[in-house]
Amino acid sequence: MGHLILRVTIKLLFAPILLFALYVQFHGDYGPGGGFQAGVIFAAAFILHALGFGLGSCQRVIPPNWLPVGMALGVLIYMGCGFYTMFLGGNFLDYDVIQPDSTHHAGQHIGIVVVEIGVGLAVAATMLQIFYAFAGREPEPMDDAW
Amino acid sequence: MILDDLPVLPVIIPLFAAPICLLLPNTRLAGSFATLIAWVSFAFAAMLLATVAEVGPIEYGLGGWANPLGIVYRVDLAGAIVMTLVSLLASVVFPYAIESARDEIVPSQTSAFFAMFLICFSGLMGVVATGDAFNVFVFLEISSLSTYTLVALGAKRDRRALTAAFTYLVLGTIGATFFVIGLGLLYQVTGTLNMTDLHDRLQGADNKVIRAGYAFIFTGLGLKLAMFPMHRWLPAAYTYAPSAVTAFLASTSTKVAIYAMLRFLFTIFGFSFGFADIAFGFFLVLGLVGMFYASTVAIFREDVKMILAYSSVAQIGYMLLGISFATVDGVGAALVHVFQHAVMKTTLFMAVGAVFFALGSHRLSAYKGLGKTMPVTTGVFLIGGLSLVGVPLTGGFISKWVLVQAAFGSVQAIPSLLIVLMIVASSLLAVAYVGRIAWTMLLEEPTSRTPRKVPLAMMAPMLLMAAVTIYFGIDAEGLVNICRAAAESLLDTGLGYGGAM
Repeated sequence: MGHLILRVTIKLLFAPILLFALYVQFHGDYGPGGGFQAGVIFAAAFILHALGFGLGSCQRVIPPNWLPVGMALGVLIYMGCGFYTMFLGGNFLDYDVIQPDSTHHAGQHIGIVVVEIGVGLAVAATMLQIFYAFAGREPEPMDDAW
Repeated sequence: MILDDLPVLPVIIPLFAAPICLLLPNTRLAGSFATLIAWVSFAFAAMLLATVAEVGPIEYGLGGWANPLGIVYRVDLAGAIVMTLVSLLASVVFPYAIESARDEIVPSQTSAFFAMFLICFSGLMGVVATGDAFNVFVFLEISSLSTYTLVALGAKRDRRALTAAFTYLVLGTIGATFFVIGLGLLYQVTGTLNMTDLHDRLQGADNKVIRAGYAFIFTGLGLKLAMFPMHRWLPAAYTYAPSAVTAFLASTSTKVAIYAMLRFLFTIFGFSFGFADIAFGFFLVLGLVGMFYASTVAIFREDVKMILAYSSVAQIGYMLLGISFATVDGVGAALVHVFQHAVMKTTLFMAVGAVFFALGSHRLSAYKGLGKTMPVTTGVFLIGGLSLVGVPLTGGFISKWVLVQAAFGSVQAIPSLLIVLMIVASSLLAVAYVGRIAWTMLLEEPTSRTPRKVPLAMMAPMLLMAAVTIYFGIDAEGLVNICRAAAESLLDTGLGYGGAM
């Protein structure tokens, strides 16, 4: 039972880190924060878990083949939001047309939240993908690699 | 609705398609989808060119933000031409890339390959479309980062692709850093990143910060476009990248960097800036030296892709030369050469890719007797090669002709006649390296290996590009006129830019 203290700490921290990521994600609309930071924090929770409990246990929760889907979906959400405003008759990413009658720019809020969710998803997936790629590679170059 | 959104559509359609492409399961599907997207983008870019030629520059505020505040896309004639050119080449290279990628890329990576191709395409279009100086940096990085990946994907056939990609990554990043430092300095002085706004505020201003910014920006861009002493990344990257990638990059990425350079040189700084003369002097000398150095190196290489890559560095010298004249004729000649060189290099690299498909090698020794075993590909290669030399009835002749005319029409530190003689002399060097390949193809005995049959999907785009090379060698008046008009719009627009001629 090595790393007992580390493992218990990681278990304790795991959920609060995810919660904090969500806080940063949705707070980005009003203050510092946003999808990029939130995505990194979200992925950091899983990376921490993988460091303590091994890559395998992390990959059981988030299989590596999900990640390209997450990356692509994030970008699609962002771009889709832009095309949606275009189909509503505005310019690309002109959020105001989502709620044109609003007196307090509700459209801007909705647009930003949707776009940031896309960013968060893409960044979290990319961070984990990079981590998986580095952590999962063979320790030494094989003889036939050259 | 669609007509209002024309400046942005050719940029965002490939960007939207790239993640979808990543999720498509097999090469054929991903490749066909990417091809379709390239064609759609080309259609919009052509519509954009038609509109701009009719009504003049179009502006488009992203997110509905007004001109100096938000990011603005501003497409004038020069921009529309380059966008049409890039999307045209994409729509020719993408279908070619399907079979080529099945052969040269690890099967599990082909969807990612086409996604990267689309992102690169989108980035190149973005650099041209945008009217925001920082946005140029962002799109330049989008296209560069995807290019590093594309070059590295050549590793299935040759592991040296990895080191080539890494060298390119390091140098490209240094270039981008220089560029963004320069932008930061300009932003510090002017407080704006909008190109027209920058131009207005820089009019008549001259101090050390602006000069430093100027130097940083053009050094950075020089690295990106492989200006002579900063070209070291280019030959290896072009040689070891997959064939379709080389065909696309050789014809677009350095050209777009040239375009970005023209934007900064004329649209932003203009002629009132005292430092400009020094820069033009540099481009003149570096262009001339690059022409000779790179052509000479190309003669002694044993790898056909490497020879053509060095020839690209030399050809960039011609473009810089045209720019350095700083006249409408000179910049127009540079734009004509941008177009013609893009067409001829795509033709050549596609032919090289076909040979690589058939024989699995792009070394000169594999080209022995190809005239007998692969007559069509040889023919296409020779058309491209003749154009590279500048033989009449091919595109290359036209661009050299207008360049020579422009040289006689301008006043330089070096006498015009000498410049013209040097252009002709460096063309003779091109005769040497093209002739060496042609000799091997036509006059040596074929090796015993029988080449694989090249599929129609690769042959058709190749033949089309060869036809385009010849077409613009015979009927180039329209092209020359439109490039001249574009140069006029670059050097002296209604916005009160520069004041040449």
